[in-house]
Amino acid sequence: MSHSKNENTFSRRFFIKTSSAFTALALVPHSIKAFYNDIKETYFTKKVVLPIYLKINGKDYNLNADSRTTLLDLLRENLNLTGTKKGCDHGQCGACTVHINGQRALSCLSLAAMMQGKEITTIEGLANGDNLHPMQEAFLEHDGYQCGYCTPGQIMSAVACVNEGHTKSIEEIKEYMSGNICRCGAYNGITNAIKSVAK
Amino acid sequence: MKPFEFHRAINSDDVFKHISTTSKYIAGGTNLLDLMKKHIHEPNTIIDLNSALSNTIEQKNDGIFLGAMTTNTKVTENTIVNKNFPLVSKAILAGASPQIRNMATTSGNLLQRTRCPYFYDTNIPCNKRKSNSGCGALNGHQRMAGIVGTSQNCVAVHPSDFCVALAALDAEVFITKTDSTTEKIPFKDFHRLPENNPEKDNNLSDNAIITGVFIPNNNFGNTVSYVKIRERDSYAFALVSVAAALEIKDDKIKKVRLASGGVAHKPWRWFEAEKFLKNKKASRDNFIKAAELIVSKTKPLPNNTFKVTLLKGAVETALMQCLTNTSNG
Repeated sequence: MSHSKNENTFSRRFFIKTSSAFTALALVPHSIKAFYNDIKETYFTKKVVLPIYLKINGKDYNLNADSRTTLLDLLRENLNLTGTKKGCDHGQCGACTVHINGQRALSCLSLAAMMQGKEITTIEGLANGDNLHPMQEAFLEHDGYQCGYCTPGQIMSAVACVNEGHTKSIEEIKEYMSGNICRCGAYNGITNAIKSVAK
Repeated sequence: MKPFEFHRAINSDDVFKHISTTSKYIAGGTNLLDLMKKHIHEPNTIIDLNSALSNTIEQKNDGIFLGAMTTNTKVTENTIVNKNFPLVSKAILAGASPQIRNMATTSGNLLQRTRCPYFYDTNIPCNKRKSNSGCGALNGHQRMAGIVGTSQNCVAVHPSDFCVALAALDAEVFITKTDSTTEKIPFKDFHRLPENNPEKDNNLSDNAIITGVFIPNNNFGNTVSYVKIRERDSYAFALVSVAAALEIKDDKIKKVRLASGGVAHKPWRWFEAEKFLKNKKASRDNFIKAAELIVSKTKPLPNNTFKVTLLKGAVETALMQCLTNTSNG
């Protein structure tokens, strides 16, 4: 089979084929296109955009977001608050822990649409200007991390753990921090940091 | 996730306004969102129940009523629950993590789906996910599978700890239907066995919602225990769990309740063992006999016979713990 000597140029046949296809497409009656769109809308749900108002770290936000947006994605993708981490995105690791109305919760399993009027605190909201939160100081002091990816979630969970009063012993701290997984295994540093703040 | 309409129901009339065959209710969302991300559930409409249903705990003359939207944490922190129904708090605290317990609700706990790994793996057949597609667990890993009441179509177990306590305490599930009629379902009849249609987890009809759970008063006091055996010390689903409650009078067991999680498609009550222990002395010997009776009723799968041994020990431990808890309480 003798192929054209220059494979990078388009053949005459290719040109005729494609240009006729484009012409044919342009000539498809509008009604047929409308029918196609109707079918598309019946079988594929369009994305739904919802208005959401909520307070994050003391600041009011009025936003529009896809109904599928989780609180985690709202924080990270829509608001650039990337301190809250996406670990497993399935509620198994605790990296996405934030406070919702003062209680620790998993932002990856919370729909942004369900946060209407709620007050969210993220890791960015803990420090007072350049002064770190005592728990942040304690994590530094006690080496409560290695790679640091789980740390924002650990600290948010730790602050809540102290507020809840579940810090009577190292065992109790471990039980009440079990929703935050650390792959580096910095658990001793983490529990010591929490114990030091609880005192 | 597939795009979906979102509606916030604001009162009890509102909850049925947007229902269809492709709608789903959401409460805590800790299970549903996970399933939606994995395309196991693909609802076109989500209806948020949080503003529409009760999130309060009410003490009644004959028991306690937990509103459908009460969070797990709220139940465990309630003074009446802790005083009169300590088994409930023990079971809830044995499950999930503090974050999840802050989000998860009472009705959502009842309606959560199984954590059978084959249900979650959309590359592998699962009769619960898709009718008549097959069961991956029948010849697969069976650590998380059942040992009693399984069928040739499904060996999945109900994952809840809370429900095991509710089954043991003879709770009732309060239901409202689209025609505004209400109904009470005894807890033991709420969940079902897989039989030939494992896609159905429970007997709640499509046109109904759970409005709350009622737990009748009891005389068990602190003579209760919840023993949970799992792959790690915390934040894991049960391999087997046992809820035990004893009422002892004149050195004899007047009333006893024994229920298990991690063993069946529904929170499982061991009625024969309860009958055996009634009017007997609360001794280790009798507890061991009850445990032996319980394991004689199980039919483990080829790869989870170890669960029978775990269960036997857990039953004995739970009953012994009842006695120590009562003296501490």
